Amino acid sequence: MCLAIPARIIELDEDRAVVDAMGNRWKAKTTLLPGAKLGDVVLVHAGFAISLVDEEEAKKTWELFAEIESFENTPNRVSG
Amino acid sequence: MLDRIAHAQHAIDDACRKLGRQITIMEVCGTHTVSIFRSGIRSILPEKVKLLSGPGCPVCVTDQGYIDAVMQLADRDDCLIATYGDMIRVPGSNGSLETRTTRGNVRVVLSSEDALQLARERPDKTVVFIAVGFETTAPATAVVVKEAAGEGIENFCILSGHKLVLPAMRTLLGGMNDRIDAFLCPGHVSVIIGSGAFAEIVADYRRPCVVAGFEPVQIVEALAEICRQLADGRAELKSLYGAVVTGKGNVAAQRIIEECFEPADGFWRGLGKIAKSTLVLREQYRRFDAFQRFGLEDGPGKDNPGCRCGEVLCGQIDPSECSLFGTRCTPAKPIGPCMVSSEGTCAAWFKYGRRG
Repeated sequence: MCLAIPARIIELDEDRAVVDAMGNRWKAKTTLLPGAKLGDVVLVHAGFAISLVDEEEAKKTWELFAEIESFENTPNRVSG
Repeated sequence: MLDRIAHAQHAIDDACRKLGRQITIMEVCGTHTVSIFRSGIRSILPEKVKLLSGPGCPVCVTDQGYIDAVMQLADRDDCLIATYGDMIRVPGSNGSLETRTTRGNVRVVLSSEDALQLARERPDKTVVFIAVGFETTAPATAVVVKEAAGEGIENFCILSGHKLVLPAMRTLLGGMNDRIDAFLCPGHVSVIIGSGAFAEIVADYRRPCVVAGFEPVQIVEALAEICRQLADGRAELKSLYGAVVTGKGNVAAQRIIEECFEPADGFWRGLGKIAKSTLVLREQYRRFDAFQRFGLEDGPGKDNPGCRCGEVLCGQIDPSECSLFGTRCTPAKPIGPCMVSSEGTCAAWFKYGRRG
């Protein structure tokens, strides 16, 4: 529920943004992060950017998501 | 990465040897719970280190009385329920929202903005947004309440079940669970309230509080930091999640919470009534309060028979100690919210096993 995903702001019109994480794009608002700029990587929760994230941290999370996804698509998975 | 884990494990082992007793650490964040189980962190910890999953999953801590209020609204023909997907399968005393979807008046939304948009599109219905979540989620609700007020969208209201994490931690330490030696503090709640907010727990209860993100290595390092402090007889506040969390948090988000909401006494599953622990709309926004608009009460509800989610949430029992666990209560057919939510402790135990 408190899941938040780092994503890059690729469009910004006032507080309405389009964000991108690993090629997935969706709408988000920057109302809660008034200083957010085009190109910033932000943490998005429930449709709102809630903080700036440094590039390295975002990369780690994206890699982790990719790893989980590929693991969960493996027929050999042992859990779940 | 492996050397970081080995270094942390070494510190944890040292602390166990030095203290010679069980070390109990509670996390209060559903995303931590999932990360800990999924990555198998429990399996690399010594037996003497016990991790408890506390009241950190918003769906799980929501009292049965609130769920029943949601169901009452879902049964009205003039209402359209907009809810985050997590809430849809939580059983009330008379079915879940999922059982009401066939009537066409329940919609899953990904954002509070989607709920308000639904109200714009459906002037024939009152859209009720099921506003649950901790400090991380509350600002998103506050934004749309302000928008609704500004635009005069009167067929919109919220059923606020928003909760504050610090009063729950205080309640646990104030007698509900004396075994807790330290807290692994939530990452995303801290983004909003700031890591500095936990200083009061450290000061008042002398318990180490360490904020961590969700990367498994960072969680293990946070546990090591806690163990080091305990072994040295220290209790300090530390954040390992500096890449995202600041000491003061997101001030704009805090301001909008403060502007729209005020803390009120509220009911929690397992923890009971806690003073100033839930957020209700302030007087100027009260007309968007679904409890007021429909004359509902947010009183304590009656848990489903046999369900021990409340004790699980307080770390008083492990899920396997509940007689329903894995037999009558499973993720496919859940009885309690801790089995419904993917972040729930029971669901994690069921999926990954006790040691994760």
